[in-house]
Amino acid sequence: MIAWFSDPTHWTGSDGVFALVIQHLIYSGVALFFACLIGLPIGLYVGHTGRGVVLIAGLANALRSLPSLGLIVLLVILFGPVFASDMAFIVPSIIVLVLLAVPPIMSGTYAGVAAVDPAAVDAARGMGKRPLDILFDVELPCALPLIFSGLRSATLQIISTATIAAYVSLGGLGRLIIDGRAQNDYYQMAAGAVLVGALALLVDLAIGILSRLTVSPGLTRRL
Amino acid sequence: MAFSILKAAGAFALMALSATTTLAQTDPLGAAPAARTDKTTIIVGSADFPESQLLATIYAKALAAKGIKTDTKLNIGSREVYMPALLDGSIDLLPEYAGATLSYLDKNATAHSPEDVAKALKAALPAGVSMLTPSQAQDSDGVAVTRATAEKYKLKTIADLAPVASQLVLGGPPEWKTRKEGIIGLKELYGLEFKSFKSLDVGGPLTLSALVNDQVQAANLFSTDPAIADNKLVILEDVKNLFPAQNIVPVIAKAKVSDVVTKTLDAVSAALTTDDLIVMNGRLANHDSFDVVADEWLAKHKLN
Repeated sequence: MIAWFSDPTHWTGSDGVFALVIQHLIYSGVALFFACLIGLPIGLYVGHTGRGVVLIAGLANALRSLPSLGLIVLLVILFGPVFASDMAFIVPSIIVLVLLAVPPIMSGTYAGVAAVDPAAVDAARGMGKRPLDILFDVELPCALPLIFSGLRSATLQIISTATIAAYVSLGGLGRLIIDGRAQNDYYQMAAGAVLVGALALLVDLAIGILSRLTVSPGLTRRL
Repeated sequence: MAFSILKAAGAFALMALSATTTLAQTDPLGAAPAARTDKTTIIVGSADFPESQLLATIYAKALAAKGIKTDTKLNIGSREVYMPALLDGSIDLLPEYAGATLSYLDKNATAHSPEDVAKALKAALPAGVSMLTPSQAQDSDGVAVTRATAEKYKLKTIADLAPVASQLVLGGPPEWKTRKEGIIGLKELYGLEFKSFKSLDVGGPLTLSALVNDQVQAANLFSTDPAIADNKLVILEDVKNLFPAQNIVPVIAKAKVSDVVTKTLDAVSAALTTDDLIVMNGRLANHDSFDVVADEWLAKHKLN
């Protein structure tokens, strides 16, 4: 496998590791963006108002049980007649990843907001803050650690599952795994798996650093 | 149309999921395989597309009807995966396609006619593996286009693609990237360089959907696929014989050959026709199970 990694032709070109990592990050980034767009507001709303807890708990669990590989093939067939271009493969892949990432983000946000010390919320209300100000000035910052933990598990899942985009002809590191299997090239497969793992760890580390920088020191007892 | 693809896709998605768990039983990175303890059972393997799985089922049931203990490991993967499994004894018997097997074993093979391919294959098979009598039934690889594409560029043969290939996207299974009966042969023999190549599935619902919906303009499909007629697709004629004769032939571990086995499988091969394959593939696409289709075919030919 070291030989596979040290062959320069495996790194460059349209099928090279660099191009595949970039594609992988693009699919993951786009999916994470949409997942946040959906998951964060719902989580904040439910956490703040306490309404619909049962609904999102059920929804989150139901979404988690969707089989990604089956869903992606189904969506490609359904979207095939809609788009003539590569979008017929890209849109289904992103949808599958978004569905995978929404539950942890949503649950993390909800749990974070719901777990904010009621005394802090009461104090803010006593100072005359409006409900939205309470949400964004008090509840959101206090909930950040749990929101980040949801975000991290969502990101890990997206990065590891984005490999299935290659199953429907797209790029990304899954290319190495799917092609390696079809061509009985286990070194290529193993290299793909190692790269996905390494990428997931790196991105997780980056979010960890981001969370350290943004979470109020008062919450982390690091003062 | 979209609905029929959808139905196939449902079954396919299930198969794809199980595929990941039925890889060749070897240690992937090269250690010796664990020895099998059961020496009498014949394990029938198959590739990861319905026709191969059906043929494996037919072999297994025909042998079982003669009192031979059989087991099946269907949906293993591509030839690059299941051939090593046959060689290391994880499986004993495979329904194979003569021409494709030959060029897998001998990259420089030039045989085209069924007789030449059978002869060359016999010589090329590794020690410990032998082939039985090939069937007249064939399922050849082909390059398919939609009728609209064929009319637009006046395509009849694969060679006609030469002036327009650079504008077209080719679709096929991932192994086509490195196979002679794939991108390599299309380039060397026909001088075709497509705009790009999309890795799809092995002539399955993804490939069909991409071709019909114009995400790819040319794709690898199999001549026994009933979807070709259903969707008004055109298989381009292989005038330079890139894809050799693909008669269906049982390939078996020598240790498991016996008179009964040979006689039984020869009878299956003798009864099987290309039209049978087209009809049975159509039924599989409509969700009839391998067992039912195999049983009915065997009953019809009194092989059960």
